[in-house]
Amino acid sequence: MNFTNFGRYILLLKSVFRKPEKLKIYLKEIAKQMDYVGVGSLGLIAIISTFIGAVMTLQIAFQLVSDFIPKTIIGSVNRDSSILELSPTISAIVLAGKIGSAISSEIGSMRVTEQIDALEIMGINAPGYLILPKIISGITMVPMLVIISMFLSISGGYIGGSISGAVTPSEYIQGITTDFNPYTIVVALVKAFVFGFIITSVPAYEGFYVRGGALEVSQASTRAVVISCISILVCDYLVTQLLL
Amino acid sequence: MIEVKDIYKSFSGNDVLKGISGKFEEGVTNLIIGGSGSGKTTLLKCMVGLHQPDSGSVLYDGRDFTPMTYEQRIEVRKEIGMLFQGSALFDSMTVEDNIMFPLNMFTDQTRKEKIERVNFCLERVNLAGKNKLFPAELSGGMKKRVGIARAISMNPKYLFCDEPNSGLDPKTSIVIDELIQELTEEFKTTTIVVTHDMNSVMGIGDYILFLHEGKKFWEGSNKEIAHTEIKELNDFVFASRFMKAAKDKF
Repeated sequence: MNFTNFGRYILLLKSVFRKPEKLKIYLKEIAKQMDYVGVGSLGLIAIISTFIGAVMTLQIAFQLVSDFIPKTIIGSVNRDSSILELSPTISAIVLAGKIGSAISSEIGSMRVTEQIDALEIMGINAPGYLILPKIISGITMVPMLVIISMFLSISGGYIGGSISGAVTPSEYIQGITTDFNPYTIVVALVKAFVFGFIITSVPAYEGFYVRGGALEVSQASTRAVVISCISILVCDYLVTQLLL
Repeated sequence: MIEVKDIYKSFSGNDVLKGISGKFEEGVTNLIIGGSGSGKTTLLKCMVGLHQPDSGSVLYDGRDFTPMTYEQRIEVRKEIGMLFQGSALFDSMTVEDNIMFPLNMFTDQTRKEKIERVNFCLERVNLAGKNKLFPAELSGGMKKRVGIARAISMNPKYLFCDEPNSGLDPKTSIVIDELIQELTEEFKTTTIVVTHDMNSVMGIGDYILFLHEGKKFWEGSNKEIAHTEIKELNDFVFASRFMKAAKDKF
């Protein structure tokens, strides 16, 4: 994003947070978006998280070849990696692909078929009506998905370790319960909140300012996913540096 | 009444509107005509606030729309209904929900009252009973009629129609034109239709504003348009063989 785009993005956000015309309609829309973002992504997040947890266990076990390192470390490393990095960041990048492209395409199609103009002519704040429910669903449902992802990733590690014999169940459980720092959860949730905002607002911006037709809508969708992923990684670094 | 005064608009240094002025009275069908790229849709978008003119003013019954704040514009826009070129129906909503949408947003009517209003609007455009269909299930003409039904649902004082006949067969075009004219007379709306369809010009053009290369070239009624000596207007009006033959015959 260059500075012009960043400025337009900020101005769009200003319009998004205007007072809603009718709260009841916005709440209905928020519930619909929460269902789409949260419930609709649950299966994908569950599969990815479980396998990442299992693979992590196997890879950590592969690297810890020294007899001086207890195998309980596998559980500890898997837990901290899942909570601090893998669950929030991988989930966010996956969701940027799934939800981000859908948001950009939906709003972009509405733009090129004049549906956004129709909202404006009716006297409705189009950015507020179209984007606010998506942002609210993003900043609430992505942290929830990340919590589920953390749990499943650690559980996946347990299953992977047990099946492969890389670590015994008791060693793994001892590892994940030793020296647990609850602050890591806070860091992960802050990341999830920021990522949820990026995943919904950046694609919405890209879709809202589309000009042209189907080709431009698809290009905006691709651009939305790319910019969202880069923004997620940059914010991941910034939040980690600020909070740890 | 809507009045535009000396409207200028350019895009990236390309002058699209060059000082357009005109008065559009209520209760009559006002047409803005011109060839492709003459600036008629841009003028319409400047009038409803989708584009901000570089200079000039748009007056809605004396209220200058151009310098208004967002909140002030909202109040005027509640009095505007618009039919878009592609109908612009919300794909995810049924016909009923499309028409009910502005009612949901801006009125405190009960559901029963809103349904009654939707049914009235649908009957008015001869689509009674089509409440539960989705836009994807409608023909082009039906979409336009639903677009009109949505535009009139809030009892607008000002009705804008952007190329209402584009993509329609001649018979359906006439139905849409007649519907627009009937609604204009019935509800005493100030109706502005942007078109380059000569059947519309001859059929419903009570007041016609002809644009050419971003300038106002002519204004008058459909009774006068066939008798002008302006070359640009004659080239536009009598471009088709049919119109030329009709002119020669009469």
